[in-house]
Amino acid sequence: MSAQRPRRVTAAVAVVAALAFVVGCGGGSASGGGSAGAAGTVTVFAAASLTEAFTRLGRDFEASGGTAVVFNFAGSAALAAQVNQGAPADVFASAATRNMATVTGAGNADGDPVVFVRNQLVVAVPKGNPQGVAGLADLTRPGLKVALCAEQVPCGAAARTALDAASVAVTPVTLERDVRGALSKVRLGEVDAALVYRTDALAAAAEVTAVEFAESARAVNDYPIVVLRNAPNPGGARAFVAYVRSERGRAVLAGAGFRAP
Amino acid sequence: MSAPLLDAHLLVDRGGFRLDVPLCVAAGEVVALLGPNGAGKTTALRALAGLLPLTDGHLALGGVDLDRPSRRAWTPTERRGVGVVFQDYLLFPHLSALENVAFGPRRHGADRRAARRSAHDWLARVGMAEHADRRPRQLSGGQAQRVALARALAVEPALLLLDEPLAALDARTRLDTRAELHRHLAAYPGATLLVTHDPLDALVLADRLVVVEEGRVVQEGDAATVTARPRTDYVARLVGLNLHRGHADGHLVRVADGLTLTVADRLDGDAFVAFRPSAVALHPARPEGSPRNTWAATVAGVQRHGDNLRVRLDGPIGVAADVTPPAAAQLRLAPGQPVWAAVKAAETHAYPAG
Amino acid sequence: MTRTHGVRARRRGAGVPVALLLPAALGLVFLVLPLVGLLARTPWATLPERLAAPGVLTALRLSLLTATLATLLCLLLGVPLAWLLARVEFPGRRLVRALVTVPLVLPPVVGGVALLLVFGRRGLLGGWLDATFGITLPFTTAGVVLAEAFVAMPFLVIAVEGALRGTDGRYEEAAATLGAGRWTTFTHVTLPLVAPGLAAGAVLCWARALGEFGATITFAGNYPGRTQTMPLAVYLALETDVQAAVVLSLVLLTVSVAILAGLRDRWITSP
Repeated sequence: MSAQRPRRVTAAVAVVAALAFVVGCGGGSASGGGSAGAAGTVTVFAAASLTEAFTRLGRDFEASGGTAVVFNFAGSAALAAQVNQGAPADVFASAATRNMATVTGAGNADGDPVVFVRNQLVVAVPKGNPQGVAGLADLTRPGLKVALCAEQVPCGAAARTALDAASVAVTPVTLERDVRGALSKVRLGEVDAALVYRTDALAAAAEVTAVEFAESARAVNDYPIVVLRNAPNPGGARAFVAYVRSERGRAVLAGAGFRAP
Repeated sequence: MSAPLLDAHLLVDRGGFRLDVPLCVAAGEVVALLGPNGAGKTTALRALAGLLPLTDGHLALGGVDLDRPSRRAWTPTERRGVGVVFQDYLLFPHLSALENVAFGPRRHGADRRAARRSAHDWLARVGMAEHADRRPRQLSGGQAQRVALARALAVEPALLLLDEPLAALDARTRLDTRAELHRHLAAYPGATLLVTHDPLDALVLADRLVVVEEGRVVQEGDAATVTARPRTDYVARLVGLNLHRGHADGHLVRVADGLTLTVADRLDGDAFVAFRPSAVALHPARPEGSPRNTWAATVAGVQRHGDNLRVRLDGPIGVAADVTPPAAAQLRLAPGQPVWAAVKAAETHAYPAG
Repeated sequence: MTRTHGVRARRRGAGVPVALLLPAALGLVFLVLPLVGLLARTPWATLPERLAAPGVLTALRLSLLTATLATLLCLLLGVPLAWLLARVEFPGRRLVRALVTVPLVLPPVVGGVALLLVFGRRGLLGGWLDATFGITLPFTTAGVVLAEAFVAMPFLVIAVEGALRGTDGRYEEAAATLGAGRWTTFTHVTLPLVAPGLAAGAVLCWARALGEFGATITFAGNYPGRTQTMPLAVYLALETDVQAAVVLSLVLLTVSVAILAGLRDRWITSP
């Protein structure tokens, strides 16, 4: 999309976002975008896997004297599309460099993105690991139901890389649309194992056990973050990015299971 | 007389309305259930058809209890052998005339071909053979009526119920259809109950009239008796008579305060006095001479009635009087105008009300 | 109006109040514009090869199959339910009618989770079904049919119930007087009478089943050839290749519109 007339597109997106907000069905779309223009708020578009960690960081940031933070959590691809369509966001944090590339490629980033965390895969199994899954090779066991992410989404691509690296041919029962979908199949007991991000497995620690495996090092996801070119609040945006990369920020992210870059 | 085919005492309580109608119909007999709207005619018909259960009483057809709450006897509609011609016919719109008529025989076990053959016969009998393939919406009112009759008769019911069979027709069609219906009913061996509020239908089609008002039978008998001796205002109006109830003492019947009529019949006790509207003479002033039945009245309204005018009179008794147009012109009849009414004793008919 | 302005009435559009015409036109534009957007972004040059891409036909075939089976399932269960709601007085009927609309109100994803909680491996019935009959529904084509039927059934029930209420119940009484029992009356009189409403309901049901996404992916998962219907394929294509998603959407739209238009013609011309 050309950046020739961002104003009109922005207005249109804002109207749609406001409508979605009013009718209360803004699930996954640009919810919260309507208040982006207000002074003193930072609007952050962040990958769904950052939901818990960033929500906490946002609260800390506000408490430490920063401006109010409004989040829009969704799949990285959807967020990248929204940013390129002119959604009024200040910061974009992606779960994959590929999606970040579409934003930078469209000239919508202010400066170069920096990788602020990494995530890697684990085998999520029901609490206590009743099937005794010890590694990727166990996933080929007959009768064992496995959920993977579809290869079109980052966690699926990472799973493909890891499985190929381990030369393991798994026949999953489902290729989920995102990591949460795969994880929920484990939580509901519909599958015996799923390849998900470490952070997601940790967030569901009450019901899910994470089994680490060596090949995960071959399929590491980098999370880049960037201030957007058309940010309504560039100052606040920079402050937030700095906070994410600060010691305090890194501690919160590590607590959520992310690895340092 | 042998035991009637239909032997029923219909008792139905429905939200404040109570139907209480004893009813017997012999094989081959046509009985008209006559009454004003809301009298309970339709309720009676639905109870007979099994579309409404009795509250009490009984309903037997050919000696078999179809509905008798006290013995928990109940036969559902589809197994009663009761045919119904509904007021608006209710021909199935998605079926042709032939298929409508064949519907009943099919349900009674006839195979497809036999049912169609029988349906054809019935359509031919009502003169609708050439319209067999038409859909109901392509039929005129009179044609639909005949198909509906054929459909009801095709299952050869023991009891045939006709609900206002001519009410949906225009006046001209009604005349032809009435005559034709009469022919078919005469040929039909079962018992027929005709529900109507039209006295002419009842008089032409029925052997016997049962008049119901407010859920009760108020009069019953053959057409001649009912028309000659109406026992309620409704019946009197139906047959076009003035009817008044009073107390008789010889030739005198006191019908209202200050008005005693002299009648030709002689009787004592509670009595009805009936006279035709044409028997009432109107005068601008108290008539000379000695007609004893005269009283002062007020014109309440004037309407055309055939070749004459029908004048409604208020006074000690409400009365309808028929006058010729020249007489009306001479009297300059207008609502509110005072007149004198007179009836000759010889033109009255008095009979006991007990 | 027609009498006094006969000449004007002959002109096209005369007599239609602007107060109705304007919102009607806006409504149409609102419905059609997204389609225009889709067509505008269609990569016509590469269309043939994209259509020939593996998986497109598989997903389309699976979509048509499951939507049709789901509609049949809805007819089988939904028509009797509609009849019950329209014709039989029973305590709690209002509540039952409200319950029928639950899948309309429930976000489909939640519906999918609810189905898992019932028919899933640890579900209320799922464990028993598996132990007794060896039937497992999640991640199977049957699961897709179930998810689609769950979401689409209200459309059928509501349409058929409305049609039943609109027909004169006395036709059924007339059938009874001719010796037809309740079942025969239902099949020979009631159903033919509500045929137009039934057809409309089935079409709505089918269309809704065809577009079903949330409940399907949640309950039946996503696996090409087995549970990946067109909407799932579109969603995943959207993650990486917008143009592929546009093509898939276009295929789904074209096929469904063609089928619906064809059926409509048949129904209208049938005697």
